[in-house]
Amino acid sequence: MGFTLTYLGLIVLIPLSTLFLKSATLNWTEFFDAVFSARTLAAYRLSFGGSLVGALINVVFGFLVAWVLVRYEFPGRRFIDALVDIPFALPTAVAGIALTAVYSQNGWIGHFLAGYGIKAAFSPLGVVIALTFVGLPFVVRTVQPVLEELEKDVEEAAASLGANRWQTFSKVIFPTLIPAVLTGFALAFSRALGEYGSVVFISGNMPYKTEIVPLLIMTKLEQYEYAQATAIAVVMLTVSFGLLLLINFLQAWSRKQQAMK
Amino acid sequence: MTKTISEPFWVRALLIGVALVFLGLFLFVPMAAVLAGALKKGVAVYLQSLADPETLASIRLTLLVAAIVVPLNTLFGVAASWAITKFDFHGKNVLLTLIDLPFTVSPVIAGMIFVLLFGAQSVLGAWLIDHGIKIIFAVPGIVLATTFVTFPFVARELIPLMQSQGIEEEEAAMTLGANAWHTFFRVTLPNIKWGLLYGIILCNARAMGEFGAVSVVSGHIRGLTNTMPLQVEILYNEYNFAAAFAVSSLLMMLALVTLAVKQFIEWKSKSVSIRAVFEGSESA
Repeated sequence: MGFTLTYLGLIVLIPLSTLFLKSATLNWTEFFDAVFSARTLAAYRLSFGGSLVGALINVVFGFLVAWVLVRYEFPGRRFIDALVDIPFALPTAVAGIALTAVYSQNGWIGHFLAGYGIKAAFSPLGVVIALTFVGLPFVVRTVQPVLEELEKDVEEAAASLGANRWQTFSKVIFPTLIPAVLTGFALAFSRALGEYGSVVFISGNMPYKTEIVPLLIMTKLEQYEYAQATAIAVVMLTVSFGLLLLINFLQAWSRKQQAMK
Repeated sequence: MTKTISEPFWVRALLIGVALVFLGLFLFVPMAAVLAGALKKGVAVYLQSLADPETLASIRLTLLVAAIVVPLNTLFGVAASWAITKFDFHGKNVLLTLIDLPFTVSPVIAGMIFVLLFGAQSVLGAWLIDHGIKIIFAVPGIVLATTFVTFPFVARELIPLMQSQGIEEEEAAMTLGANAWHTFFRVTLPNIKWGLLYGIILCNARAMGEFGAVSVVSGHIRGLTNTMPLQVEILYNEYNFAAAFAVSSLLMMLALVTLAVKQFIEWKSKSVSIRAVFEGSESA
């Protein structure tokens, strides 16, 4: 117990609190200049927007993947199920260069997209691709267990009462999955917001255009502008804490809904 | 009856197809690209780029960091989950949330807090440097940042597992006169070994693969403070793509081995629980 708290304090709490202590030494104008400069605002837009789009893509396709893996039999299903976790296990730098190789103009998919005039790598679209990649397993892994537990007799009851398949899905199956979907969404969004490794390779890192917030913090650190880096980090950290609380709440809700059945 | 609770064949085929295309675009094609990139110039170049002294140094450093961080966080993970699941105290939920914190902190910020704490511009950092101790832009900083980032993995795996197992068995052992160490090694550890192993390999995979946090504290000194992911970045930025993908292929192998062990553990723990049920019904 004592060891747990000491170690937690030394590794996590003391280092994190230095960030807030440091930010307390800034005066307000410094803080606002760093946090609301045009370049920072552009970075927020890209980071939040890209994470949101990535997480929404993952809600739609992650749900579909979970559905297909739980409900249907097809060759290679178990193998694919295992590989869904690749974004958890693959180092982000590797993911970054692999995605860049595939989606750049002469890459396997990128040259195909370029034929339609779509620039994937080195554009905001590239950022979205990387952020979708890192969040991919979350929705699948939160929806999958709930879907597995779902009793078939409820669906049979709905069907025997005359509901067609789509009605059964949208009125009976989907509502019970909403907490899990939202949890997965929040996890994917929160992960995407902090992501650095995979994005820096594919985005091109142009200030005002393809620069995400973590990269901006990195740039400020490399220029020894610690005050500005701290100010921006405090904003991001506060958002992360908020998301963490939201996720805890969603998970509790999800468990409660599970227990009610 | 079965027809009404499933979808027509064409719907199933369509959904499976769309799911596979999605996973293909985001997972399978990029993974294949790593292999193709690594072997583009042939096996000889592949092996040669792995034998490069700077690359070998980065592999050594990555192994060293993992060898320090993983045991530390394993010890913490076991201690924390033991404290949380076997004892009752106030603020348990706060502690749980605090353990999760490193998951939500951006890796860049994780690295940055150690720069603020130990960097040359801070009071503590200046004092340490005066005494000849260098933490930032050196190996200790890399170890600290990696420890922070991989902090929750073992505890995260163990807490739900130990919660579901309850404390009856430990209480029985204690009543029969076993001391705390005996109880832990004879009763608790055998019960949690698969979850523990899974937590350890996840922690290890992340420790070896961490990029953002390490990138902030390492200073990118070639042959000295470059871990494998940082070496990938340097090689890539030098347009030495074959070598960058060669190092990447090693890291990808690590990821695949991690997932294979995960599958094995899931299969193993499933068969264990089935056996437990079977034996339970036999004795009843």
